[in-house]
Amino acid sequence: MKKWQCIVCGFEYDEAEGMPDEGIEPGTKWEDIPDDWTCPDCGAPKDDFEMMEVD
Amino acid sequence: MDPIIIIGTGLAGYSVAREFRKHDTETPVILITRDDGASYYKPDISEAHAKDKTPADLVQKTAEEMAEMLDATVRTHEQVEAIDREAHQVKLASDTLTYSKLVLAWGADPIVLNLAGDATDRIHKVNNLMDYRVFRDHLAAGSHVAILGAGLIGCEFANDLIQHGYKVSVADPAGWPLAQLVPEAAGDAVKTALAHAGVDWHLGHAATGVHHGGDDRYHVYLDDESHIDADVVLSAVGLKAGTELAEAAGLDVDRGIVVDRTLVTSDPDIYALGDCAEVAGHWRPYVGPLMQCARTLGKTLAAGADAEPGQVKYPTLPIIIKTHVCPVIVYPPVDKHGEWQIERDGTAVEGRFVDGDGQLRGFVLTDEATNKRRDYIKEAPALLD
Ligand SMILES: Cc1cc2nc3c(=O)[nH]c(=O)nc-3n(C[C@H](O)[C@H](O)[C@H](O)COP(=O)(O)OP(=O)(O)OC[C@H]3O[C@@H](n4cnc5c(N)ncnc54)[C@H](O)[C@@H]3O)c2cc1C
Repeated sequence: MKKWQCIVCGFEYDEAEGMPDEGIEPGTKWEDIPDDWTCPDCGAPKDDFEMMEVD
Repeated sequence: MDPIIIIGTGLAGYSVAREFRKHDTETPVILITRDDGASYYKPDISEAHAKDKTPADLVQKTAEEMAEMLDATVRTHEQVEAIDREAHQVKLASDTLTYSKLVLAWGADPIVLNLAGDATDRIHKVNNLMDYRVFRDHLAAGSHVAILGAGLIGCEFANDLIQHGYKVSVADPAGWPLAQLVPEAAGDAVKTALAHAGVDWHLGHAATGVHHGGDDRYHVYLDDESHIDADVVLSAVGLKAGTELAEAAGLDVDRGIVVDRTLVTSDPDIYALGDCAEVAGHWRPYVGPLMQCARTLGKTLAAGADAEPGQVKYPTLPIIIKTHVCPVIVYPPVDKHGEWQIERDGTAVEGRFVDGDGQLRGFVLTDEATNKRRDYIKEAPALLD
């Protein structure tokens, strides 16, 4: 399980936790999040979104 | 208890309300905006053609939907006219509201050039979705658009329009595009790529006037007496933080409304974030910094007066310039002491800004070189640690 951070707005996504409020189950890999998803923080669409692995 | 009042429903105002609600579902919140309160992702505006979106498609939620989601009151089409700090009141045209805490998130205003000519009232500016609606209404198939200003917004519009059937001319007194953000080599890469796509550049030349040219066309005169013949004129010469109302209320202002890392102004019950705020000396009118501020401030507002307020951090959040023909990622130097080291291969530019000790303090990557962004982001220092 990885942790990601968006380089546009700083939003963090932890695959282990998922985003249950957004209907994304714990354990969902970043690459498996649907393309029509938008950032729950800044509203950026997924194709504008730049996730970087954080350690 | 008097409500928390947030002025502005852009990314800053709505984000701080959302962050606050994660920690406090009780305290009433009122948001005030002079526009229709629709929530949208502003950077999408300059990519709307590429994404095949009309202005209406860019709306993510209406004011009513936002009010429900945030359990807040959203007052649309209401202009704040003054702040009375003594009385803790916000004055609207026909109402006065009392706040417990006030958040200023009213953004910035486009700079208006002082130009000669009889058509200066026809110049468009685009700093919000309403402006963009008006601009799009004036575009016809194949229109020739003259853009004043080759900064981030001017270049992104040039890219979006040239790739979707419009003619585009861009004038700027600077010698290369994006001159305030990037060194010449990177600007030149963008210039070359956009010229290749068809953009007609007038660099090194300031606009002096906009005149009617007959048949609904306009002549944009430049300082070398030449002119651009255009159907639509768009000014994108920069933004100025909204500071007037704050200054009139006696708050400290500089390039923006002055706040420290806790986002508090010189009045302990008034906070500011987003394009109107200068945070610990930095005025950064971009999405990344304002989201960091919204997360910090949302917590502080919910924590109450006795808690130690959080300090905002700005990690290494570069600016991504969406010129698709030659994308740019820039992290402006964290301090000015140092020099650019540039490697260039065609339109791929890799620029490192290093200090006297050889440490990376800023960077710029264009075109293919943007593939190296992850390494650069890891290496570059945070702006506010
Ligand atoms: C075309 C374009 C492209 C961009 N692209 C990028 C990008 O790629 N990446 C990036 O990081 N940034 C980008 N930006 C910048 C980014 O969009 C802004 O930094 C951000 O949206 C600012 O949000 P804000 O809430 O501070 O201000 P705004 O969105 O301007 O919101 C201000 C709010 O205040 C209200 N208001 C103002 N005055 C009053 C008043 N007196 N009374 C009541 N209400 C008032 C307005 O109605 C509005 O609701 C772009 C900007 C533009 C214009």
